[in-house]
Amino acid sequence: MAANQPQQRTLISAAALNRPRGKLIYWTVLSLTVVVFTLVFLGPLYWMVSGGFKSAQEVLQNPPTLFPKDPKPGTYKTAWSQLKIARLLFNTMYYAFGALAFQLVFDVAAAYAISKLRPVLGNLILGMMLATLMIPAAVLIVPQYLTVLDLPLLHINLIGTPWAIWLPTVANGFNIFLLKRFFDSIPEDLMSAAAIDGASPLRTLWSIVLPMSRPILGVVSIFAVVNVWKDFLWPMLVQPDTDKQPINIGINSLSQGVPQNVLIAALAISALPTIAIFLLFQRNIMSGLTAGSLKG
Amino acid sequence: MAATTVSHNKAKRGSGQSSPRGSRRRPGLPDENARAGFGRRLRRDLQAHAFMIGAVLCFGFFSWYPMVREVIMSFQKTKRGETTWVGWKNLETVWNDPGFWPAWRNTMQFTLYALVIGFAVPFVIAIVLNEFRHAQAYLRILVYLPVMLPPVAGVLLFKYFYNPEYGLFNHILHFLHLPEQAWLDSSSTAMISVVIAATWMSAGGATLIYLAALQNVPGELYEAADLDGAGLLSKIWHITIPQTRPVLSLMLLLQIVATMQEFTNVYLLTGGAGPENSTGTVVYMVYQYAFRYDSFGSASALGLIMLVVLGGFSGLYARLSRNSD
Repeated sequence: MAANQPQQRTLISAAALNRPRGKLIYWTVLSLTVVVFTLVFLGPLYWMVSGGFKSAQEVLQNPPTLFPKDPKPGTYKTAWSQLKIARLLFNTMYYAFGALAFQLVFDVAAAYAISKLRPVLGNLILGMMLATLMIPAAVLIVPQYLTVLDLPLLHINLIGTPWAIWLPTVANGFNIFLLKRFFDSIPEDLMSAAAIDGASPLRTLWSIVLPMSRPILGVVSIFAVVNVWKDFLWPMLVQPDTDKQPINIGINSLSQGVPQNVLIAALAISALPTIAIFLLFQRNIMSGLTAGSLKG
Repeated sequence: MAATTVSHNKAKRGSGQSSPRGSRRRPGLPDENARAGFGRRLRRDLQAHAFMIGAVLCFGFFSWYPMVREVIMSFQKTKRGETTWVGWKNLETVWNDPGFWPAWRNTMQFTLYALVIGFAVPFVIAIVLNEFRHAQAYLRILVYLPVMLPPVAGVLLFKYFYNPEYGLFNHILHFLHLPEQAWLDSSSTAMISVVIAATWMSAGGATLIYLAALQNVPGELYEAADLDGAGLLSKIWHITIPQTRPVLSLMLLLQIVATMQEFTNVYLLTGGAGPENSTGTVVYMVYQYAFRYDSFGSASALGLIMLVVLGGFSGLYARLSRNSD
């Protein structure tokens, strides 16, 4: 937690930096890095946003223009309606937050039961859940697809329904691992105190465990949303209907035959929501993601 | 299809339902449970299993059962709804497929390039950023910005940049008086182009993780090294890298396993196979078998080979980490 202290000693000592030569090198490297990073990481995004304002000819022009000659906001409007972006964004949110809800309810309950209620065979089930972490996701794509096509015992076809995206995300060994380990760190005294007061396991989970678990729930939530947001192959297989596709697949399948400038405008719009969310909550998102992956 | 459902039931019974049945046979846990009556213990146990049922069912349907089915399907063939046991034939078909070795070559190439670029670059960025006393937050946000793009936006944007006629990259090369490239359209540059795009989109995540790890390196070590007159590179080699080794090796393994499963970038940038099949990866080949040629048996057999290879990487990692301790 001493991470953000300003005077933390790093590779180069403060004394070396305060020498005239050290100062010169430091400021040269710093300004070079700032310029290069701005070009490399912000440049493409600028090119995307400005490209959306260019006309169909200008976007394919050689040499290119740095600023749109005659900005056309109409391209964004065309992109919005032609690629049904509102629909695609809604679908993405629907899948992401649905997946989040199912993961929070089922995985939290299971991890809590394994960690605190310690049922018979709990450790065996935990081991089997964690074993799934060893299996690369791509290996299971085909049998998973066939399972969703015809759910065993129930014989339901989930293709084209949101369940095909929501339910498989619950089978996430990493969530169970993170949550179980966090719950293990909650003192047993608290649990027995609640039990003596007559609280049921559900009540204990709701009023004692969950309020203490906010940091880990944040990490799990960010992962849940980001995973759905980033996924490509699975939603492409289980959502063949363009009206139900999330943004990643929808834009790709609707992009055929669309003029380049309209496509670029569509990409810019699709990038906007997450970029905005990121800039607003960047501190939480960045610390959540690093904490989660490091502890994994 | 119809015949495989028989195996479903068997697999399901093994994983999902064994727990409540087992709870009656085996004694409860020691201490507090021993004092509780049999009925109470049973109730508590049933309650706990009720908490787990949602996750267990999801794991059963979408993880454990597909794992079993993956193995079974590798040895089966389904033709016009009739499933037959064909033994090693699927594996032979896959092995003798002229696309088998190219797919592995392309996958290895992707993994190797991604290691050289995608593993080293974020670490170097993190080391440099960690030295800065100014603008660090700004640079951190910049590096992370592409990670927040939906993959399709980043990938299709790069596809536009790579266009040999009007793409940004050839303009830049032209401006610098360097030879223009065919990028995705040439078999010699297609894969590296895919890796560059993939790295741009994902470098931020690894950079942040390395930055966090660097901040846990004790400063006294550097002070001691200064007293010994150690140079910058020797400090990195003898202090920074050993101190961050657990994170580095974990990320290395994660990256190898992730890049060996490459599909999205290749599929979106080159349509999958690429010029002269220079970018078709193993997962793309699995996809082709299953969803183009309807050959789920061959797809599963190839998946099984992949599982063995990637399992080897995990084993290697486990041994390496044990040896280094």
